[in-house]
Parts: sequence; structure tokens; C-alpha cells
Amino acid sequence: MSDTLLEIDNLSVDYETERGDLKALRDISFDVQKGEIVGIVGESGCGKSTLISSILRLTAPNTRFRQGEVRFKGDDILTKTERQMRDLRGSDISIVFQDPMQTHNPVLTIGRQLVDIQHRSKATKAQKLDIAAKMLAAVGIPDPQARLKQHPHEFSGGMRQRIAIAMALMSEPDLLIADEPTTALDATLEVQIIERLKDLQSEMNCAILFISHHLGVIAELCDRVVVMYAGAVVESGDVREIFHDPKHPYTRRLIECDPGHIKTRARILPTIPGEVPDLANLPDGCIFRDRCEQATDRCHQVPALEKLKEGHFAACWLNHHEEAAT
Amino acid sequence: MFIYTVKRFALAGLILIVAVTAMFLMIRAVPGDPVSIMLGPRATPELKASLIAQMALDQPIWKQLLIYYGGLLRGDLGIDVFSGRSVVEIVFQQLPYTLEMITLSVVWSATLGIALGAYAAANPNTMIDRIAAAVSVSFVAAPAFVVALLALLIFAVQLQWFPAIGAGEGFWGRLNHLVLPSFAIGLSWVGYIARLVRASMLEVLGEGHIRTARAFGISERRIIMSYALRIAILPVFTVIGVGMGFLLSSAVFTEIVFARPGIGKLVIDSITTRNYPVVMGTVLVSTGLFVLSTAIADLLNALLDPRARSAK
Repeated sequence: MSDTLLEIDNLSVDYETERGDLKALRDISFDVQKGEIVGIVGESGCGKSTLISSILRLTAPNTRFRQGEVRFKGDDILTKTERQMRDLRGSDISIVFQDPMQTHNPVLTIGRQLVDIQHRSKATKAQKLDIAAKMLAAVGIPDPQARLKQHPHEFSGGMRQRIAIAMALMSEPDLLIADEPTTALDATLEVQIIERLKDLQSEMNCAILFISHHLGVIAELCDRVVVMYAGAVVESGDVREIFHDPKHPYTRRLIECDPGHIKTRARILPTIPGEVPDLANLPDGCIFRDRCEQATDRCHQVPALEKLKEGHFAACWLNHHEEAAT
Repeated sequence: MFIYTVKRFALAGLILIVAVTAMFLMIRAVPGDPVSIMLGPRATPELKASLIAQMALDQPIWKQLLIYYGGLLRGDLGIDVFSGRSVVEIVFQQLPYTLEMITLSVVWSATLGIALGAYAAANPNTMIDRIAAAVSVSFVAAPAFVVALLALLIFAVQLQWFPAIGAGEGFWGRLNHLVLPSFAIGLSWVGYIARLVRASMLEVLGEGHIRTARAFGISERRIIMSYALRIAILPVFTVIGVGMGFLLSSAVFTEIVFARPGIGKLVIDSITTRNYPVVMGTVLVSTGLFVLSTAIADLLNALLDPRARSAK
């Protein structure tokens, strides 16, 4: 138990809208161990961002936590005061956002921003600037002393994402949340950034919650994967297990659709037919039923996230059939 | 930044040249013979002819314009036909009264407007936000001359808290005389700036970098004061810079209502007497003021927003 850093327990989150409650997250459960890298995969709108903002409690005003707990080091984050939350943010938990072009304040120098986030430290400004320069060097920014005096618009997208990583790691957090940190970058940069992140992670031994829809990156970086679909966890487990022996049809289709997995030249790229269900008006039963080729009558009931073996969970009736057959 | 400044002032100079030319031609198009008005109905033809020659009114219009520009380059705006004093002297004697009034109006209204707008944006859709909105909108709807008259009636005539007319003597006397006029000019700006800052503040608060600041545990007060406000007030400078023309026109009304000296009063007086050199001089100085204030607004924007600086 002492090795568990983050536990998410039956978390359900709604957004109140004019069309009724949008069930953004339903019964989410997974955990992150100390020093572990956990990937979260899923298509746009599956609730990844809601999940992250719930962990940091940086949610929109219309967000309602309906049930469940988000425990960080054993304490429920959802019951903490705003003051206690602020002490966690940027010290124990930090985050790298998706779009590096939006991450930094455009009118302040990078140095000023890197100094400002050390607001808990008692060090002098010169010492803080030194730390900032060291961090920039660590993420591979040449001539950091000079670049501290520059403004964000003087950096490229890749450089800005490096700065964002430097900012996030500056306080040596226990948990780093990376929200699609490489989606806005081109492929060669993506590899460099991932490598750098991996090196820094093994140095600092922080846990990473890595959100992406790029399966290749997840496979490369993560120890475990959580697959999300329409606000629910459909499968979770060890990276190798999930990629070699997926137990949920959605995971299977997702892997088939990944361009990295397509071996033969096809005129039409494979896709998953159908659309993600309307979260304000959920269909009965399994959420993937409408798009699933293997759907049966049983799928009119919601399958629970079942433990298939140690560290491998899936929410699909098909696995129950297999169990019955063997 | 240096090159940008040079470019910006070159543009300002060009705008000024075009404005002065247009003004010169327009004033010549106003009906009425300046010479007859200046000299009165019983002037002798000789006297008229000598004044016409003195003002170069017998020359073709383009030559008059050149003569005017020639004088301008030497810092000479001509001679007031009535008093015989130099126009430059007259205008610059009146200018400080108007400038101090406008400056005070802008300072108090911008300070209050920014504070109100930022506070409303930090607490959107609360009671305070709604009250601020209602107050702002009613302020915007109040034109300076109406406010000036009401302020005069209430605070000067009824309550007698502040003097009604004139500009006062000494620092405190002048300041005391400035209270009501700058209140009248500034009031609609408070509402305007508050609405502007609230809108731009809400936009900035929705941007990604604010989320970053929050995610690093920076306090909300710090985020508002030094992270968001610095961006949100940028449009205020532009609006005040461009609004200088509007401010000058409010100054005209206000100076008349409070019988204050100033270039607003000067221009009205000289138009009614067809005192061409003074009209031209005053208009030129106010145009210069306007061009200068927009240039300063742009430069301030560039100074505070590094993105604008490197874009040009």
C-alpha cells in the first residue's frame, strides 16, 4: 500500500450543461505506483482531460464530482481545501500541457516564469535563476543563461515543450502528469522529447501519468496502460499484455488502427466504424456496443471491469465467455 | 525596439503632414471673409489690401500652404490678428490647462476602470460583477457635457464643495479647480475602460498560460495582478491613445461649462471671430497631441508586449 502514489477509485464526474448532465467520467478506477509510468490512451473526448483536471482539481465551474475518490499518498484530493490543493500543485504533482504554444505567459521572460514557479523556495532570486538555468540545460536547451532573458515567442514549439518539462520537473514532483505532451510536435521532435523525459524520469524516479493517443509512444515509454473509451476504463494492464493480448474489442481495434501496426499497403486506412456515444444521453449496456462487431445480447447490460489475471483488467462480456468455456 | 520607435515616429510625422494639409484646405472652405470680419465693416480698402498681403491671402492656395509649412518649420504659426501676439505663445499658454485636465481625467478614470474591470473579471457573475456592469454602462451613456453641467449644479452651486469657474492659483488651487472638470470628462471613461478590461481579462484568464500558472500553485491574486492584468490592460492604452480626439472634444465642452482657460475654449473663440492663424495653430497642436498620443500608445504596447515588438 505504501508504494501506491495515486489511486482513483470509482470516480464519476459530470458536467452540468443546458442539455442535461454530461457524464464525462464514469466509475474510473486505476492506480499509479511510485516511480511508475502509466499511459492513458483513448480517442478525443474520452475523458482524458477531465481526468487530469480532476486530479489537479483545476476543473471548469460546471464540473460535478458525483462519486468516488482520488487519493494521492492516501489523502482524498477531492475533499482538500483550495489552499491545500495549491500546495500540491507544482510541488508534489506537476503537469506538462498539450500545446506548448499556449503554456507560457507571452509577456514575461522565461526566466521570470521559471523563478515565479519556485515561489515556495526560500532561495534568493539569483539562486532560483541558477536552478532555472540548470533545468533548462537538463532538458537540452543550449546557452540557458542567455535564453532565460528571452520571451516565449522567441522559442520554437519543441523548445517551449522542453521548457514546460523543465518547469514541471523543477520541484522534483512525485507525480508528473503529461497531457499529450508531444501531440503538437513533429515526429522527430517527439522521439527526442520522449527520450529526454525517460532519462529524467529514471534520474528523479518520479511517477508519470502519460496521456496520449499515440500507441507507439505509450508502448515505448510506459509500464502500464489504461485504455479509456467514452468516459470509462475499458481495459488496463501491463503494456506488453495489452499490446500482445488485448482483451477488449475496443483496444484491439485501436491497435489495428494505429498506423505503426499496419503492415500491408492499404488504400483505405482502417477505422472504427460508428461514433462515440452522446455522453449526455448514454445508451443502455456496454458503451462500445454500437460499434462492436462481436456484440451479443449480453452487451445490453454494462460489463464490470473484471480482473482477468494479475494486473490485467477488462470490461467486456467476451472474457466471461472464455472463462465459461475453459 | 529603437528601429520600431523611429518607424513609429516617422509614421506620426507623415500623419501630421496630411492632417495639417487637410485642415488648411478645410478652413479655407469655411464661408466668410476673414479680412472683413477682422477689420470690421468700416475698414478702408487700403487697410484690407495690406492685411491680405500680410496674411498672404492674395497668393494661390498652394503657395499659401508652402508659406505656412515654411513658418511651421521655423516654429512660427503666425500672428494673432487681433492682439498681434505670436500664435505659438497663445496656444502654449493655454495648452497646460487642457493637458492637466485631460491627464487627470485619464489617470483617475483608467485607474478606477482597470480596478473595477479586473475585479469584475476575477469574480464573474457575482453580485459585485453585476453592480459594476450596471454602473459602467450608465457611466458610458453619460456624455461629458451633461455630467459637467450636473456636476456644476450639484457640487459647485448647491453643495459648494468645489469652485464653479476658472482654473485657480497655486498647486492646490489648480487641483481644486480641476476636480469637477476631470470628473466630468473621466466618468464615461471609467465605465468604458471597466467593460474593456473585464472582457479582455476574461479572455486572458481562459488562456493556457493562466492554467499553467494555476497548475504550479501560483496564488490567484498573483495570477490576476501580474500574469493576467499585464496582458489585459494592453487594449486600454490603445483605446486611450485613439480616444485622445474624443478627450479633446470633451475638453471643449467642459472648458466652456466651467469657463476654464484652455485650447478648447481658445478654438471656439477663434472660430467665431474667424481668427485663422489661431484656429490653425490650435488645431495643429491638438492634432499633434492626438498623433503623439496614438504613437505613445503603440510604443507602450510594444514595450509591454514583446510579441508586438518583434512583429514589426
